[in-house]
Amino acid sequence: MITDLLSMEDLDTAAITTVLDTAEGFSDIALRPIKKVPVLRGRTVCNLFYEDSTRTRISFELAAKRLSADVLNFSAKGSSVSKGESLKDTALTLQAMGVDAIVIRHSASGAPQQLTRWVDAKVLNAGDGWHQHPTQALLDLFTIRRRLGRIEGLNVAVCGDVYHSRVARSLVQGLLTMGAQVTLVGPPTLMPACVETWGTAVSHDIDAVLPKTDVLYLLRVQRERMAQQFFPSSREYARIWGVDRHRVATLPEDAIVMHPGPMNRGVEITADVADGANSLIADQVTNGIAVRMSCLYLMLGGDA
Amino acid sequence: MTTGFKQVLAADDVARALKRMAHEILERNRGAGRLVLMGIRTRGVPLAERLAANLAEIEGVAVPQGQLDVTLYRDDYARTGPLPLGRTAFPGDIDGRVVVLVDDVLYTGRTVRAALDAVVDHGRPAAVQLAVLVDRGHRELPIRADYVGKNLPTSADEEVRVRLSEPDGADEVLLGAKGAVE
Repeated sequence: MITDLLSMEDLDTAAITTVLDTAEGFSDIALRPIKKVPVLRGRTVCNLFYEDSTRTRISFELAAKRLSADVLNFSAKGSSVSKGESLKDTALTLQAMGVDAIVIRHSASGAPQQLTRWVDAKVLNAGDGWHQHPTQALLDLFTIRRRLGRIEGLNVAVCGDVYHSRVARSLVQGLLTMGAQVTLVGPPTLMPACVETWGTAVSHDIDAVLPKTDVLYLLRVQRERMAQQFFPSSREYARIWGVDRHRVATLPEDAIVMHPGPMNRGVEITADVADGANSLIADQVTNGIAVRMSCLYLMLGGDA
Repeated sequence: MTTGFKQVLAADDVARALKRMAHEILERNRGAGRLVLMGIRTRGVPLAERLAANLAEIEGVAVPQGQLDVTLYRDDYARTGPLPLGRTAFPGDIDGRVVVLVDDVLYTGRTVRAALDAVVDHGRPAAVQLAVLVDRGHRELPIRADYVGKNLPTSADEEVRVRLSEPDGADEVLLGAKGAVE
């Protein structure tokens, strides 16, 4: 059982396997006439979002609702945060109202960790700064395992803006824990400091990496986090690093293309690749609900 | 053979009981036309298969069968915490059909209560019936079986173990003190 879900660092092979196996059991529920099970009846889950989000927030909300939990949605815009309330006071308010789990997204790395010191509720990190986004990594691992039957031994290329990416940090840790080989691909300016300590290969030549790649994972160019110029122009980025159908054609036949969304179509990925036969981008979104159901189910039992 | 447990049904007894239950199911429902057999995981699943084989032998028709995992419908999640999930698979639409739930042991009735909730989340059967290999009493809910292989009077400190050749190697039903070694 998981207490708080803060970082992929906290999950070993057995824990990840449990989350993925349990998610298999939840993935059928979406295909039923009544897409709901009563297991979390009477529990309250609060989505505490200090940063914008579409799919993660909706996905967590649907996951909690399909487990019959009550869901509160809090977004910093339009709340007492705009009157200056601190994260701590907001957290203590939720605590006083008796929520069982808090799903938090925050622009500050470590905010979810800090939250665990203030509240008894279980904390799920839905993305903190540049640090971690563990449920994204888990749904990506689930999607890979479902399509390719395994994770161990696969060659995974994680391409693009690794520097600003919490998705990359979580995913790479998860992939390495599960025994995949990872290559980070992108311009040197978008590689993180101390990348040599990540346990991955690093390449600055995407065309050399593609022919031996089983999973091509494209990252979003995060313009909103870029305070300075990391590459000359979007067109140049698209030409050198963007994946179009010509680049996809150099992948092995059953290789898959993934992207955590939201996509910059025409920059890191072209529309025909995003919607193409190798693309699992829609599956990632679908699987996200089952994986988040799995996390909530594994975290909220036992001590009510 | 076992030390702490005594055998209450041998392989022959299990086979005879299942054959009789298949006849009873056909008699009660006037044939197999509307039947759907749903085995409750884990040991209800091979039992449903056996019943289906018997029904096929008697009537010459293949009765659709599926399996039901009731973990997400149990009433003790808060106490037990998360348990591993199994697969639930219905053999198509159950609206207007007669669903026969199949399980190995009927005890408190709580598993069957959970199974009923799981079934109605999948459709609206004309009727739901219950077939169990062993009814050991001690019901905590107003639930009874329609087809029983053997009524076995037990005390609450005893344990009934059903072994089936599919998962366990041989068919038998054992009764002994709770937690005793075989």
